[in-house]
Amino acid sequence: MIPFLILLLAAGQVAPPADTAPPALQLAPPGDIRAFDTPNDAGKSITVRWQAGPGATPETWLVERTGPPESTQVIATTEPADTRCLDEGAADGTKYVYRIAAVAGKDTIWSQPSPPVACSPQVFNTARLNILIAMAIFFALVIYYIETAKKGKSLFVRRIAGLDAVEEAVGRATEMGKPIIYVPGLGSVADIATIASLNILGEVAKKVAQYDSALLVPNRDAIVYTVAREMVKESYAKAGRPDAFKADSVFFVTDQQFAYAAAVDGLMVREKPATNFFLGTFWAESLILAETGATTGAIQIAGTDSIFQLPFFITACDYTLIGEELYAASAYLSREPLLLGSLKGQDYGKMIILTVVIVGSALLLLSKIPSLAFFDQILGFFSVN
Amino acid sequence: MKRSIPLAICLVMGVAMMIQFFIPHPISVGFYDLTTKWIRIVGAFALVLGTGSLILYHVDKLQRRRQGWYYSIVTLVAAAATAVIGLGWGVKTGSPLQDVIFSNLLVPLNASMFAILAFYMASAAYRAFRARTREAALLLVAAFIVMLGMVPVGRAIWGKLPELAEWVLSVPNMAAKRAILFGIALGAIATSLKVILGIERGWLGGGKQ
Repeated sequence: MIPFLILLLAAGQVAPPADTAPPALQLAPPGDIRAFDTPNDAGKSITVRWQAGPGATPETWLVERTGPPESTQVIATTEPADTRCLDEGAADGTKYVYRIAAVAGKDTIWSQPSPPVACSPQVFNTARLNILIAMAIFFALVIYYIETAKKGKSLFVRRIAGLDAVEEAVGRATEMGKPIIYVPGLGSVADIATIASLNILGEVAKKVAQYDSALLVPNRDAIVYTVAREMVKESYAKAGRPDAFKADSVFFVTDQQFAYAAAVDGLMVREKPATNFFLGTFWAESLILAETGATTGAIQIAGTDSIFQLPFFITACDYTLIGEELYAASAYLSREPLLLGSLKGQDYGKMIILTVVIVGSALLLLSKIPSLAFFDQILGFFSVN
Repeated sequence: MKRSIPLAICLVMGVAMMIQFFIPHPISVGFYDLTTKWIRIVGAFALVLGTGSLILYHVDKLQRRRQGWYYSIVTLVAAAATAVIGLGWGVKTGSPLQDVIFSNLLVPLNASMFAILAFYMASAAYRAFRARTREAALLLVAAFIVMLGMVPVGRAIWGKLPELAEWVLSVPNMAAKRAILFGIALGAIATSLKVILGIERGWLGGGKQ
């Protein structure tokens, strides 16, 4: 019987017994070790990449660095799926050699060393070239339309209801003999929305001075407070009424978000203002402010670039400047040709973006066709790093 | 001089910071770090002015017995007590400033103000969802779908409701959000450019000298 079975096995007609395990895969050294200076950085960094060998999957990878001849050390341990390592402890200008080890149980098998590599800082971030080009195009457009405006060409700007209402809101406060509260947002002076808000404050303060109304400007940021005070003072002077400026009409409250909200709420409830302006950067306190203002019966004009707060303002305020309208406000109110020219440049910038979005979407769809896969590379140019 | 020097500083620093964005070299990174430190130092000086403003405002209110003058006493006493405790016992963890004023007073008070938001949301939602106009009706329907799709009872009513809610959020809502974001980004760049080039001078006080 046994010789018969041996014969059958030899002929390949009978499978081997089920409990016979297939031969275990041997651990193989990783290959294609590539070490290179990490691109677009401030130096002191080398990127190492490798490919897993054809054998068994290791439990972990070890990355070994040999620097100046006497210094060899393991600099990182990575997971089996992670075949990339960033060495951020390298010195600029020093040549290093890297080896990778595959580790499984007690077995450790090392790769061939990489070619020597040195790192250095870069002077231009090539990954941001696309941003530079886009910026140059946009700047050129804005400057072109500013120059066009300088030559006296009239530029059409669509109506913005919230800004048309400023005059009416200030007039209403004068008739009612009640103050206007202007909240320049909770952002710092480094926020563009705060700068835009301060520009609008200047125009509003001028109208307030002309109409002889009262203005209250509570501030959350100390630097914004100092700028706002100077702006209001200058606006009163420009309106020919420097004597009407009251130094305590612009004041600092606190830099605590909700303490500030509580203070402004209290101010609104006590003073019962005719008009509230909420223009600038806002966070979770936006609705607390706007709802309290609504209960006092004031006309409310809000504007922010904080996209999550816009629905709250739209709900609780009479007029809301949405995003870019906030930035356009000072040009709209002052009607200065130079400022209006920049608005035109913005509009053409948006048209270019719209075109790029449509073309990009088409390319993305077409890149799914295998023969047109190279469109992916074109799209890669638009990714931002 | 009063305006030309700030304008020149603004132009030089604005252009320098723009260039810095494209240069990863350590000198450029060091320059960025240095300027952010300067902002903090300027902020510290401005805080002194801010505190002065706060004290003057409330002292004046107290002296003139203006409406709600007694709240000014609370503000001034709290400011003085915080300063004395901070200067006397320090600001480290375990100090009375940290344990009593911050953890036991400021944090609960902030949390209480934040909690009020829930009630304001309810009242704002009531006003917004009264379907008086076509837009308000659309808002009501969208909010109804999203809110119901986010709770288990929504799935119980109709299995596809969570998917519909997700679609409302990720397609029409996201499209509108992105359109606004494009406008915001371009507006912010244009405003920065106007400030850097000195076209927008409102921040100087509105003058043209």
